[in-house]
Amino acid sequence: MKHIVIIGNGISGVTAARHIRKNSNNQITLISGESPYFFSRTALMYVYMGHMEFKHTQPYENWFWEKNKINLIHGFVESIDTDDKSIFFKNNTSISYDQLVIASGSKPNKFDWPGQNLKGVTGLYHKQDLEQLEQFAPNNQACKRAVIVGGGLIGIELAEMLLSRNIPVTFLVREKSFWNEVLPYQESEMINRHIREHNVDLRLNTQLKEIKANGEGQVSSVIIEETREEILCDLVGLTTGVSPNIDFVKNSNILTNTGILVNRFLETNITNVYAIGDCAEQKEPVGERKAIETVWYTGRMMGETLAQTICKKRMAYNPGHWFNSAKFFDIEYQTYGWVWAKPKKNESRFYWEHKNGTMCMHLSFDRNTKEFIGINNFGMRMRHSFFNKVLTEKKTVNYVLSHLEDANFNPEFYKKYAPEVVFKFNKENDTKIELKKKNWRRIFSEK
Amino acid sequence: MGNLQNLGLVVFIISLFLFTGTIFMGSFHLSPSELEDFITEKGYQNELIKAELTKAIVTDKPLNIIEFSSRVRNAYAISNTYYDLLIRQYDAEKNWDKKGEQYQYKIFGKPHTLSFDLAKKAGKGYVKNHPGLMWMLTFGLGILGSLIFILPNLILQRKAGIKNNHIYLKASTNRGWIAWLVLIYLVSFYLLLYFMPDYIVNWTFIVDPISLFLNGSLSSQWFLYGFLYCTIMLIMALRMYIKYRDNNYQLIRTTSVLFFQIIFAFLIPEIMTSLNMPGYDFKNAFPLDYDFFFDWNLDHLRNSGSIGLFILIWGIVLTLFIVPVMVYFFGKRWYCSWVCGCGGLAETLGDPYRQHSDKNLNAWKIERWLIHIILVFSLVMTLVTLYCYFTKSLYFLGINSQWIKDSYSFLIGVWFSGVIGTGFYPIFGNRVWCRFGCPLAAYMGIIQRFKSRFRITTNGGQCISCGNCSTYCEQGIDVRAYAQKGENIVRSSCVGCGICTAVCPRGVLKLENGPEKGRINPKDILLGNNIELIQLVNKKEK
Ligand SMILES: Cc1cc2nc3c(=O)[nH]c(=O)nc-3n(C[C@H](O)[C@H](O)[C@H](O)COP(=O)(O)OP(=O)(O)OC[C@H]3O[C@@H](n4cnc5c(N)ncnc54)[C@H](O)[C@@H]3O)c2cc1C
Ligand code: SF4
Ligand code: SF4
Repeated sequence: MKHIVIIGNGISGVTAARHIRKNSNNQITLISGESPYFFSRTALMYVYMGHMEFKHTQPYENWFWEKNKINLIHGFVESIDTDDKSIFFKNNTSISYDQLVIASGSKPNKFDWPGQNLKGVTGLYHKQDLEQLEQFAPNNQACKRAVIVGGGLIGIELAEMLLSRNIPVTFLVREKSFWNEVLPYQESEMINRHIREHNVDLRLNTQLKEIKANGEGQVSSVIIEETREEILCDLVGLTTGVSPNIDFVKNSNILTNTGILVNRFLETNITNVYAIGDCAEQKEPVGERKAIETVWYTGRMMGETLAQTICKKRMAYNPGHWFNSAKFFDIEYQTYGWVWAKPKKNESRFYWEHKNGTMCMHLSFDRNTKEFIGINNFGMRMRHSFFNKVLTEKKTVNYVLSHLEDANFNPEFYKKYAPEVVFKFNKENDTKIELKKKNWRRIFSEK
Repeated sequence: MGNLQNLGLVVFIISLFLFTGTIFMGSFHLSPSELEDFITEKGYQNELIKAELTKAIVTDKPLNIIEFSSRVRNAYAISNTYYDLLIRQYDAEKNWDKKGEQYQYKIFGKPHTLSFDLAKKAGKGYVKNHPGLMWMLTFGLGILGSLIFILPNLILQRKAGIKNNHIYLKASTNRGWIAWLVLIYLVSFYLLLYFMPDYIVNWTFIVDPISLFLNGSLSSQWFLYGFLYCTIMLIMALRMYIKYRDNNYQLIRTTSVLFFQIIFAFLIPEIMTSLNMPGYDFKNAFPLDYDFFFDWNLDHLRNSGSIGLFILIWGIVLTLFIVPVMVYFFGKRWYCSWVCGCGGLAETLGDPYRQHSDKNLNAWKIERWLIHIILVFSLVMTLVTLYCYFTKSLYFLGINSQWIKDSYSFLIGVWFSGVIGTGFYPIFGNRVWCRFGCPLAAYMGIIQRFKSRFRITTNGGQCISCGNCSTYCEQGIDVRAYAQKGENIVRSSCVGCGICTAVCPRGVLKLENGPEKGRINPKDILLGNNIELIQLVNKKEK
C-alpha cells in the first residue's frame, strides 16, 4: 500500500483520487488550502447571482470522502522536498508521500499594473474572490460602477454576475473584438452585440493603464491607456487569463516553465511526482492543443488517465477529439473539433446565423476532401456523441449536414433550424444535400 | 418597473387581507321557519336537536361565523350526548328495544360540516348580498395585483433565458421569513378547508353565483377550492409562460396541465353534475384517485346508468392499460407534468420553490420506502374494500374496511397530499407529495425505471458539475451525480418537468424517448478522453 498525496482538490485532483480509489486500496490524501471540500469552480458565479448556495456547488456530500477513505487536509502547502519525499505546510507541519500528484490549478494573471493590489481589485478564480465581491460589490449603492479588465470567458461571467445586482459595468477588452483569438469574427461580433444589448459599456481596443485609490487604499477609478480617460468605479475585476499556481513548486527540484513540465504520461522530471490539470505544462503539446490546457474537461481527463498509471497501468494522456462549451449571458456555446479564429489554408468554412442574431452555426471542413473538421454552435445544443463519431470516422461535411437532426440536442418541441441551414449550404455550395429524419439506430450504433 | 411590481404586491396583499377578513363578516342566524326547513330536509326525528338549535341560532343577536359555529356544534353535542347517555343507560338495563330506538335520534357527520350546511342557510349580510362586488375585491383585486406583479417581467426579463437571479437572496424563496408566512397561510387554509369548512363559508358565498351558473347549486367548500385552484394555476401559469418563454417544452407542458385542470378536473365534473350525472374527473387515475373503488362511489356509478358504467370501465382501463402504455412510450411525465392536477399546481404555484427538495442520499432512501409503502397501503385498502363490497362483510384479512378507508383518507388524502403536500411548498419544495407520497407516481415510477423508452440523455463529457440541474430538480434527484459521470438519468421519481435541461448552462441534458437498449449506461470514463482508456475501463465495468 502506497501513500498517494494529491495537492489540490479541484476537478483534476478529485478525479484522480476517485479513480485511484476505484482501482486500488492505496492510502490517499487530498490537500487544499482553499476549501475543505471539493466544489465546482465553474459554478462560483451562480452563488453570487443567487441561483445557488455555496453548498450546492459541492458535487459530493461530505460523507463521501470518509466512506471512500480519501483523507482530506485543509491547509496550504509551502514547499516540497522530493529527496525526502515530504511536503511542508504553512503551519509548519509536514507529511511524507510515496507518490505525489500536483493538481494545484491556476491563479488569475496580473500584469504589474499600478494599483493592482488595492482593496476592491479582485480576480475571479477562488472561493475567496467571491467573498471579495460580496464585500466590495454587494449592491449598486456600495458599488456604483465596476470595471472589468480582460475579454475572456471569466470576464464575461463576471459582467453577468455584477449586472444581476444592477451594478453598471464597463468592460475593457484589449482586442478589437470579444475573445477573437478563439472565435471567428462572426461569432465574436455576435457576442459583442449581445454584451451591448445587456447594457454593458463594452470598450474594445482598450487597455488598462493604472488603478487609482481613494484615501482609504480602496479603488476609486481606473485610467485607460489609449485615451487617458478616467473611469470612476468601486470595483475592478481582473480577468486577463490565468497562469499555473505553482509558486510553492518553484524552489523544489521539480522542473517548471510556465507550468509544471510533464511528459505524455503526466510525469515530471522527478520519479513518482506527477502534475495534472491547469498547472501542468506538456513538454510537447498533444495534437493541436495548447501546452497548458485550462479547462475543466482536460483536468478531468488527466485525472482519469493518471489514476491508471498510478494503479500500475501506465497510460499516456491522449485525449480524443476536442470539445468545449461556455455561456455568454443568454447564449450557450458548444464546440466539437476545431474551428480556428482564422481558417487554415486547407479549410473551407460555412456560416449560418439565425435572423434573431443569437443563434448561429459555423462549420469547418477540408477544402478538397470535404472532411468535417469542426463546428461552433451558438444558441443551440449539439450531441457530443454524434460529433465524436463523425470526427473519428472522418465523415464529410455533407454527412454532417444531412444528419443534423441526429446531431440536434435541443429540448423537445424547439423550432427546427436544420432545414434553413441545409438550404443555405446547398445554395452557397451548389450541392443537393437532403436532410434526413432523426434515426435512433444511427444515433446509438457504436460509439 | 420595480415600483410597478411593488404596487402589484401591495394590491395583492390588500386583496389577501380582504379575502381573509371576509371570514369574519356578516351575521348568521335563522328564522324559525328556516330552521324547520333545514330539519325537514335533513330528516331529523329528534325534538331535542330542534330545541337546542332554536336556542342557539334562532336569534336576533348578530353572530359571526365563529360564534355561530361554536353554538351549532354545541347544540349537536348536547343532543348526541343526551342520546349516548340514554343508550348507555338502556344498555345497562339490558333494555335492547329501547336502546335500539335511540339510534335514530343520533346525528352523524362531522360537527363542522353540519355547521357548514347550516351556515350556508344562515348567512346574512354584505358578502351574501353582494357576491359580485366581493369577488372583485378579493379574487379580482388579487388577480389584478398578481398581474401587475408578474407582467412587467416581460420587459424586465427582456432577453430570453433562464433567470434564476436572486432566488437564494430573497426571503420569499430562500426559506426566509416570507416563506414561513406563506407556509402558515397555506397550512391554515388547508386545515380550515378540510376540518373547519364552516369558518370559510363566507368565501363560498363569493363564488355562489359561479357555482349556480355551472352546476345549478350553491357552492360547497370543494367548489370554492376547485375554483381557487384553477385561478391560482392560471395566474401562476402566466408567470411560467414569461419565465420560460424561450422554452417550448415548458410552454406546451404548462398549457397542457392548465387545460386538464380547468376542463377535465373542474368544468366537466361540474357540468356533469348539473346534468344529473356523477361528476367525474376523467383524468384522475386510481390509485391517486383513491376512493374510486369505495362502496359509495361504486354504488353511485352503478346507479347512474350507462354513463356510470362507462366511467367504471374507463377508470379501470385508465389505470391498467393507458397509464402503463403511456409510461412505456413517454415516461411518467405524460401524467405528472402534463396532465395531473397535483402536478399542475406544483408546476405553477410551486415553481418558485422547486429548489427546496432535499437532494441528500438519505432523502432518497426515505423516498423509496415511503412512496412504496403508500402504494401498498392503497392497494391493500382497495382490496379490502372490494372484498367487503362484494361479500357484504365488514372485515377482510382481519382488517376493518371502514377503518382502513378512514385511515387512508385522513392520513394520506388529507394530511399528506393536502396539508403537507401543498402547505409546505415554501420550505420542502413543490413536489413533496409527488415524490414521497403519491401511489400513482410509485406505480408509474416502477414502470419508468424498468420498462420505458424515456430517459434524460447526458451529453457525452460536457458537464462541468455546476449543480444547477440538481438544485432545481423538484424531485430531489441529484442529476449532476449522473451527468458528471456521462451517464443517462433513468430514475423512477423523475417527473420529466424538463427544468434540469432548461437550467443547464452547458446543454448537457435532454429528455428523450428512444430505444430501451443503451438507455441505462453506467460509465467510468467520459466521452472525449482517450478511446483506448474508455474501452478499457468501461469494459471492465460490465
Ligand atoms: C469562474 C470560472 C469559470 C470557469 N468555467 C469553465 C467552464 O465553463 N468550462 C471549463 O472547461 N472550464 C472552466 N473554468 C476553468 C476550470 O474551472 C479549471 O480549468 C479547472 O477548475 C481546473 O481544475 P484543477 O483541478 O486543475 O485546479 P483547481 O480547480 O484550481 O484546483 C486546485 C486547488 O488546489 C489548491 N491549491 C493550489 N495551491 C495550493 C497549495 N500550495 N496548497 C494547498 N492547496 C493548493 C487551490 O486552492 C485549488 O483549490 C472556469 C474557471 C473559472 C475560474
Ligand atoms: S430530473 Fe429533470 S426532468 Fe426529472 S424531475 Fe428532476 S428536473 Fe425534472
Ligand atoms: S447543470 Fe448541466 S453542467 Fe451543471 S451539473 Fe447539471 S448537467 Fe452538469
